[in-house]
Amino acid sequence: MKQAERTRPAALGGFWGDTGKTGIGAWLLSTDHKRIGLLYFWSVLGFFLGGVVLGLVLRLELMAPGRTIMGPQAYNALFTVHGVVMIFLFIIPGIPGAFGNLIMPIQIGARDVAFPRLNLLSWWLYAAGAAIILLSLVTGGGPPDTGWTFYLPFSGRTATNVSLAVFGVFIVGFSSILTGINFVTTIHRLRAEGMSWGRLPLFVWSLYATAWVQILATPILGITLVLIIAERVLGVGLFDPGRGGDPLMYQHLFWIYSHPAVYIMVLPAMGVVSEIIPVFARKPIFGYKMIAFSSLAIAAAGSLVWGHHMFTSGMSDTAVLVFSFLTFIVAIPSAIKVFNWVSTLYRGSISLDPPMLFALSFILLFSIGGLAGLILGAAATDVHVHDTYFVVGHFHYVMFGGAGFAFFAAMHYWLPKFYGRMYARRPAVIAWALMFVGFNILYFTMKVLGMRGMPRRYYDYLPEFAGLNLASTIGSWILALGLAVMLVNLFRGLWKGEPVTGANPWGGATLEWTVPTPPPTENFAEEPVVTHGPYDFRGKGTP
Amino acid sequence: MSHAPHRDYAGAKLGMWLFLFTEMLLFGGLFILYAVYLHRYPGEFAAAGHRLDLVLGTANTVILLTSSLLAAMAVTAVQRGEGRIAVLALGGAVLCAGGFLAIKYAEWSVKFSHGIYPGSPSLVAGPPGESVFFGLYYLTTGLHGLHVLIGGVLLAVVALRVKGGRIHAGDHIWLENGALYWHLVDLVWIFIFPLYYLML
Repeated sequence: MKQAERTRPAALGGFWGDTGKTGIGAWLLSTDHKRIGLLYFWSVLGFFLGGVVLGLVLRLELMAPGRTIMGPQAYNALFTVHGVVMIFLFIIPGIPGAFGNLIMPIQIGARDVAFPRLNLLSWWLYAAGAAIILLSLVTGGGPPDTGWTFYLPFSGRTATNVSLAVFGVFIVGFSSILTGINFVTTIHRLRAEGMSWGRLPLFVWSLYATAWVQILATPILGITLVLIIAERVLGVGLFDPGRGGDPLMYQHLFWIYSHPAVYIMVLPAMGVVSEIIPVFARKPIFGYKMIAFSSLAIAAAGSLVWGHHMFTSGMSDTAVLVFSFLTFIVAIPSAIKVFNWVSTLYRGSISLDPPMLFALSFILLFSIGGLAGLILGAAATDVHVHDTYFVVGHFHYVMFGGAGFAFFAAMHYWLPKFYGRMYARRPAVIAWALMFVGFNILYFTMKVLGMRGMPRRYYDYLPEFAGLNLASTIGSWILALGLAVMLVNLFRGLWKGEPVTGANPWGGATLEWTVPTPPPTENFAEEPVVTHGPYDFRGKGTP
Repeated sequence: MSHAPHRDYAGAKLGMWLFLFTEMLLFGGLFILYAVYLHRYPGEFAAAGHRLDLVLGTANTVILLTSSLLAAMAVTAVQRGEGRIAVLALGGAVLCAGGFLAIKYAEWSVKFSHGIYPGSPSLVAGPPGESVFFGLYYLTTGLHGLHVLIGGVLLAVVALRVKGGRIHAGDHIWLENGALYWHLVDLVWIFIFPLYYLML
């Protein structure tokens, strides 16, 4: 036993061993939501690390003006692939696919999702789409060089392998739709007795709102991608001005999906933070109903603001005004969340464990990024900073500082539950500090650069931008170092760390902390009956 | 550990309806383009729309509506335990799907022989609104045709399962969801037909 304990999590029981099935088939063909969740986790993490390497190489090229390590065509391909991988293969499936699958069914007291086989199909579609995207990098005319937005008419003309990459994204989108359908149905149909809507954990509420966006927005991406392929293969000319088409219509269709998609990325992250803050402040969440409602409000209002990506593309002034106004509306539910988190912290008994550090930095980084979003959402200021590094900085603050840091928070909060082992606390805190500092050096300089007029996606820049670009690149190294320390420490802990004793290492009050560590297949020995809210900590004790 | 497989009819139907929403939105993108370009080129859209074959379009509408009726009858038949009638009705619906595709094929072939296809020299040289109209026409009816094909295969599979006794009055969620999908295919056509054939 002692020998086994030191080697692998499976020895600790639960779903790792109780089916009696072993080998690769027990994973790739399993319909258990926990195994599928871990499949998602490892695959999205792999693509995240790939995207990180691409990002580091990009920063290396931009370290000094002129050619540093690559030519302009390679640079165009690199930022395109960095964007496609990070957005479609990491952030969108990231938290819902990995932690949604791992946690959500347990949190509502279910044995699995509503359609377990469909769930497995979702992962396979994700894997197939990812494989097609990877294939597009090495076949045909080489990796696409259009930017992750695939704007027509350029994406219809470039000789690079856009069609195959776009087809891969289409398949990944299908996977996202199926996950959304599965989650909405699960949350409606499989809640345990006593798990009323008013007792749903806020992570589940955020996944519910996310799933609706996945269902309602992703099909528009699907048809848009089909239209790109039709333009390239059939030469239909629907977006070709020379043939009566209008490229602006492409931008509309693309952003009808891709703006709501940023809420697919960040809503589940907000859900993670809403779980972690009350547990580590030892206090019931402040404003439960408003946080739950604001998830739905963000999903609804966020679906009506896509036009703010096109203020300089040639829309009417009326359209600009309406989209600008609606964009400011979205700030309200986002701010409701931030104020409620901060109010939860007020007079709480705060313990700064690694999950909490990541969650707290989410609040700060997301607020910086979100407020910058308002600068972009106001038409007058947007004209100045549109398509500059200000946008790049803003986007990475909300997506990496927001969704990314929440992903790390979720890793430190929930993975010990599933691996039955705990990571070391001190290296995790050091890693967090390195990442936090590196992150701000890397991306805050981008915001300043953008304000000073450095355009994004350009291969080269003027000499006066050199100093800040060098600082930004140095920030990327600090961030990468922190990331390496974090991952090594975390995975060392999950494989060899101290076994987690008891079901509830953090003192949480949601259902996943009532089942054994690691949870058994089908989660509950008998169907749970829920008698209290998700943040009712009475009698939970402090760890 | 060995629970009976989880059965939740309401859940399965909810999931199917959500999927149908996504299908509608998929076509929705093409309808948005139609609306915008119709607004921009009303005259050229009208001229191009008159070149579509109203007789064949109407025939296909009748065929699809009939097939939807047959699919609905199959559901009722299975609920009453009349599996043989259900198989016949589903067979009829599959035949209708085949007929629809055959007519669509004939319609497209005639257009192709007149030099009307995406990127054809006559469209490229002609007025821009016409090129956009036929581009949308081929994409929309093509995507719909693909759905007819998928729906037809789905109904055929369901028919075989009814015949094999795997779908019966006690367990017919496959049939119900298959019929729902088929009604969606019908519904999309009910929008395509007036927009492209009738109102221009």
